[in-house]
Amino acid sequence: MLDLRQYNSLGEALRAALERWPEEVCLIEADRERENVRLTFRQFKESALPLARALQNAGFKNGTRAAIIMTNQSKWLISAYAIFFCGGVLVPLDYKLTADEQLQLLAHSKAEFLVVEYHLWRVISQAEGFSNLAARGVLVTEAPAGVDLAGAKRWEEFQAEEAPEFVARQRKDPACIVYSSGTGGRPKGCVLTHENYLEQCVALTSLYPFWPGVRYLSILPTNHAIDFMVGFIGPFTCGAAVVHLRTLRPEYIREAFTRYKITYMSLVPLVLKNLERGLRERFDKLPSGRRRMLNALVAANRALTRRRPKLWLSRSLLREVHAAFGGELRALFVGGAFTEPATLQFFYDLGILVGNGYGCSEAGTVITVNDFRPFRADTVGKPLPGIEVKILNSDADGIGEVAVRSKTVMSHYLDDPTLTAETIVNGWLVTGDLGRVDQMGHLQLFGRKKNMIVTEEGKNIYPEDIETAFEGLPVKEYCVFAANYLWPDRTMVGEQLVIVLHLEAGQTITPQLVAEISERNRRLANYKRLSGYVAWERDFPLTASLKIKRAELAGQIRESLERSAVVPL
Amino acid sequence: MSTLQNTTEQILQLAAEHFRVPREKLAADDDFFTKLGINSLQALDLLTRLEQHFHIELPDYELQGVSDFRTLAERIQSRL
Repeated sequence: MLDLRQYNSLGEALRAALERWPEEVCLIEADRERENVRLTFRQFKESALPLARALQNAGFKNGTRAAIIMTNQSKWLISAYAIFFCGGVLVPLDYKLTADEQLQLLAHSKAEFLVVEYHLWRVISQAEGFSNLAARGVLVTEAPAGVDLAGAKRWEEFQAEEAPEFVARQRKDPACIVYSSGTGGRPKGCVLTHENYLEQCVALTSLYPFWPGVRYLSILPTNHAIDFMVGFIGPFTCGAAVVHLRTLRPEYIREAFTRYKITYMSLVPLVLKNLERGLRERFDKLPSGRRRMLNALVAANRALTRRRPKLWLSRSLLREVHAAFGGELRALFVGGAFTEPATLQFFYDLGILVGNGYGCSEAGTVITVNDFRPFRADTVGKPLPGIEVKILNSDADGIGEVAVRSKTVMSHYLDDPTLTAETIVNGWLVTGDLGRVDQMGHLQLFGRKKNMIVTEEGKNIYPEDIETAFEGLPVKEYCVFAANYLWPDRTMVGEQLVIVLHLEAGQTITPQLVAEISERNRRLANYKRLSGYVAWERDFPLTASLKIKRAELAGQIRESLERSAVVPL
Repeated sequence: MSTLQNTTEQILQLAAEHFRVPREKLAADDDFFTKLGINSLQALDLLTRLEQHFHIELPDYELQGVSDFRTLAERIQSRL
């Protein structure tokens, strides 16, 4: 079992791994059928240390914040290690945000350095708020020769020969600031400590171990908590390898499984369903005799693995199916959004283990995950070792708000003591999710108490964050809500956002007004759009500082209107 | 060399064929996620189809922040 007790920081733990397995491959970067990079731990170190020295020469110190905005690729991990080596605090930002959103979070995090891919930098440097960018050092990767970098430096040339100085950190020091939301509205920067990550890493690898030779296929964005842990810290501290794929196209993901003999991969329900669809289509095309044979083998596998998985048996019974996944796959991890039990069962019957889990950035990464002892398709599994879960204010069915206590829970929200106090109460992280713990200790989820939605792609959308898109709408006031927050229905599928419109006296909802809402809605990213609107006739309850009392307004709407009052957009 | 208008027209034609919708139902300014009822993976699938047609390579990031046919056409046009 992995023991990280002797390390105080991610930098220390990673540095030890780099020394321990110098000749093992730790990182492969593939783009379609091409392999761009293949590094051993020694080569990885040799790539990162000149960058670390150059950062130190540029004034990078203990506690300096540095952001990364990149797609999954080798320079992401090399840069992150250099930042940790220098005692820095990493701010991993979502490359899929708009440039304005990225600039807003860069300002909020007070990041002094930024590492960014050229195609993203090009957009950021042309954004309206670019002049406010306060970072004093910007490193741009893969910039074409001769282009103007708007004051930034080329990552590839930002190196210094002299050996850098390793900067020690304490376990309680911040390691990362991870934004769980907060574009447009109130940024939620989760400050996660080195202890949070080291504890999470030990807990996760006790259930799903890594070792030299194991290969993890990284397709979820590395800025997300899950990929950062299982696609970087976990494999690296255990001597295993990460395979980056610079495209999410299903055909190349399938090819990567076989080419790189992948052991683990994390994905979101949308990609899992896509894999399921692909397999079902293949099965449907089989001649009837072979199809009957396959069905019999699947039934046999299901019966023989009812109590616990038997990977060797499944691989031998369903050889062709497992060969399509490279033949070495031990488990897929799915989380970030609701996964249908039928999909989990489909894969389990084939002997492909899909570990359905639940977590959030505030809790480090993972809170619960299925351990297959036995397989359950209807839960998000049991708490990881060392993590306590309890249900607050449970109703007659045992359903209440999920709360978590563990060494993996974040320190606080950056610069927001009020929100921190609302979220971490007496040492328990209050998640805002509704759940029940059954007799076997498995957690089942039943919707949310908080005003937010999660898409099938695992994106958390907070209504406050999209309200700015409707600023200046010609109505008296408006407010956006998650429909399930207004009218709870104990489901986590088909979640929608609705806008509540309070019109001026005498004003009516005209086709022009609806057209304007639709037009503004269209400008939002497709996963952030409103599904409908609802008219409301009373003044919104406001705080002394004239902010909407959302919970109170939601309560009033719930009492007066049915969900059927929502008009689809 | 193909004009932007021509490229847009070809994209609309290919999208209509690929997702089996009548061509006349699609317009350059349409949001393809909404109009075609597709998700981000299916949009990547369309990108692959467009690559084959235009004989170019389109990195996934070319789809970032793009949701209408016209902007997609501009991205492709700049690579022709």
